[in-house]
Amino acid sequence: MSPAKTTSNTEDYLRMFRQMVRIRAFEENANQLYLSAKMPGLTHMYSGQEAVAVGICEALTPSDKITSTHRGHGHCVAKGAAFREMFCELLGKEEGYCRGKGGSMHIADQSNGNLGANAIVGGSMGIATGSALRAKMQGSDDVTVCFFGDGATAQGLMYEVMNMAALWTLPVIYACENNGYSEYTRTDEIAAGDILARAQAFGIEAHRVDGQDVLAVNKLATDLVERCRKGEGPFFLELTTYRYHGHHVGDINREYYRPKDEEAHWKSERDPITILQDWLVAEGIASKDELDAVQKDIRAEAAAAVEYALAAPYPDVAEVDMHVFTDIPHATEARI
Amino acid sequence: MREITLSAAVNEALAEEMRRDDRVFILGEDVAEAGTPFKVLSGLVEEFGTARVIDTPIAEPGFMGVAVGAAMTGMRPVVDVMFGDFLFLIMDQLCNQAAKTHYMSGGKLNVPLVVRTNLGATRRSAAQHSQSLHALVAHIPGLKVAMPSSAYEAKGLMKSAIRDDNPVVIFEDKLMYQDKAPVPEEEYLIPLGEAQVLREGSDVTLIGTSSMVQVCQQAAEVLAAEGISAEVIDPRSIVPLDEATLLASARKTSRAIVVDEGHQSFGVTAEIASRLNEKAFYHLDAPVLRLGAMDVPVPFSPALEDLTVPTPDLVAEKARLLCAGELIHAA
Repeated sequence: MSPAKTTSNTEDYLRMFRQMVRIRAFEENANQLYLSAKMPGLTHMYSGQEAVAVGICEALTPSDKITSTHRGHGHCVAKGAAFREMFCELLGKEEGYCRGKGGSMHIADQSNGNLGANAIVGGSMGIATGSALRAKMQGSDDVTVCFFGDGATAQGLMYEVMNMAALWTLPVIYACENNGYSEYTRTDEIAAGDILARAQAFGIEAHRVDGQDVLAVNKLATDLVERCRKGEGPFFLELTTYRYHGHHVGDINREYYRPKDEEAHWKSERDPITILQDWLVAEGIASKDELDAVQKDIRAEAAAAVEYALAAPYPDVAEVDMHVFTDIPHATEARI
Repeated sequence: MREITLSAAVNEALAEEMRRDDRVFILGEDVAEAGTPFKVLSGLVEEFGTARVIDTPIAEPGFMGVAVGAAMTGMRPVVDVMFGDFLFLIMDQLCNQAAKTHYMSGGKLNVPLVVRTNLGATRRSAAQHSQSLHALVAHIPGLKVAMPSSAYEAKGLMKSAIRDDNPVVIFEDKLMYQDKAPVPEEEYLIPLGEAQVLREGSDVTLIGTSSMVQVCQQAAEVLAAEGISAEVIDPRSIVPLDEATLLASARKTSRAIVVDEGHQSFGVTAEIASRLNEKAFYHLDAPVLRLGAMDVPVPFSPALEDLTVPTPDLVAEKARLLCAGELIHAA
C-alpha cells in the first residue's frame, strides 16, 4: 500500500472499501442462490478480483464507458449499479436491468455507461474500441475501459482492434485481469511470451500492476484515464489477480487444474478487501469496528435485495418477442 | 427521368445521408481514396474527409466490432464488407453482438448500423468471392436484410437502412453496379418490408430477389409470348418480409416459383415457399417451386459456373411445367 493518507482522500478510500465489499456480498449471495437452486442457469464469480473493478471504475465518471465480461458482476457494481436490479436480472425478473432477457452473462446498468457483460470471451473488445472511436469523432472527452481476462488474450480480435486503436490514438484502456486461469486451464499453458509485449508490439504503452492492491490500481488508472482524456491513449494494463471460485459456480471439484493450497494462500495473504482494511486501520482512517459495521450494513442490504428479487414478478410472457427490433413491437406476430 | 448506375445510386444515398446526419460515417477496407474495388464510394472521401470515410486494416472482425461499439454509443456507421464471402469473418460481431444487443439489454441499447456487402456469381471469381450469403444473416433474429434489385431500390433502401435504428445488412449484386435505371433527382426512401409487384399476371407468381428479379422479368416476357401470364414480385427486403403481398399474389395465381441466388437448400427460397404452402395451401394448384443456386461451391470455369445459377430459360421452363399441371415435384 503505497499512497500516503491525506484528509481529502479519506472518503475515496472508504468508498473503495465499500464498493469492494458490495461486490463480495453480491457474489456470496449469487453463489448461494445457485447452490440452493433458486437461480436459473449458472454464473461466474468475481470474488477475489474486486480491487481491479473498483480501482479502475473509481477513476471513471458516469459518462465514461466500460465493457465487461462473462465474469461481469464486479464491473457492474463498481460502475454504480444497484443490488435490486442486479439480483432481479440474475433471477430473470422483469425489474432486472435487462428485463430478465440478459441474465448474469449480459448484465449491465446501461445508464451508468456499462455497455454490457459479454458471454463471448474477448467479444467486447471491438465494442470498447468503437465506443472510443465515437468519443474521438464527437470530440467528447470520455474514456472507455475494456475489461477482459487473460484467456481473452488468445483471441485474434484483440490484436485487430489494438492495431486500430493505436493507429487512430483512441481513448481506450485495455484492462487485462490476469487471474491465472483460462477457464479450466492454467494460462501459462496457453499463453506464449509476455502479455504486455503483445500490446507494446503496437506501440501501446503497457503497465503491469498488483490487482489485489486497490490503491495501486486506482492510482495508475487515474493517471491513465486523465492521459486518455488528453489524447494520449490507448493504454494496456495487466492486473495480476485471482478468482476465488472455479470458472463458474458449478466448477467445484477443480483440484485437477488448481491446488487447494494455492487458493488458500491467495485468500489468506492476498485478499484485496483484507489488504485495504488493514491499511485503513493502520493509517488511522477507520477502526476495525467501523469497517465491520460497513460490512454488516452492506450484507443486510444485499440480503434484502435478494428477498426482493425472489419475490419480484417474472416478465409477462408477451415480452418474449419484444426488443428483437426497435421498431417492431412483437417480432413474431406473423407466425401462425 | 434521368438514369444512373446502381453504383452511382448507392454513392448518392450515402452522400445524402452523410450530409443530413453527421453521425453517419463509413469504415472498411479501401473505402477512402480507392473508393472500394468496385469504385462505388468514389468521391466520398473528397467531400467528407478521412475522418468520416475511414480506411481500416484488413481486419473484418475488428472493424465490424468497432462499428458495433460506435453504433451502441451514438454513431451510425456504414460498414463496408468488400465481398459477401467475408461475412463469415464477421459473424461473431454481427450475429452474437450487433443482432442481440437490443434484445439482451431489454431494449435499452440500440445498434443502428448498416453492413454494405454484395452477392452474386458468374463473375469468374471462384468459390470465395462469389457467394450469396443473405440467408445466413436473415436466419438471425435482430438483423434486417435488404436486397436491392436495381439502382432505384439500391438508393431508396440504403437511405432507409441508414435511418433504421437496427442493424441492417444490404446485399448489392456485384454484377449490377454498372446497370442503369431511372432514379429521381428528388429525395425518396423505400421502406424495408414493402414488396413491389413489378408485373401483374394471373397464371403464375414469380418471386425474385436482387438480380433474380431481372431473371424473373425476362422469363415473364418469354412466357407472355406463349400465352402464360406471369406476375413478378420483388420482396426488396427479406427481413422484414412483406408476406402479405406474396400471399395475396399466390392466392390469386395459384402457382408460385421463388427464385434467389443463395444456395437452394435451407435458404430464402425454402423459407418463402414454406410460408406460401402454410398459408395459401388451399389456393394452390401446384406445389410452390424453388430455384436457388446449385448446392455446390461456386466453380471458377465459366463452363461450370454458369450452370449454378437460375436463368430466365430455367424459370420459364419450370413455369410452363407448373402451368401445365405436370407433377414435377415427383420427377
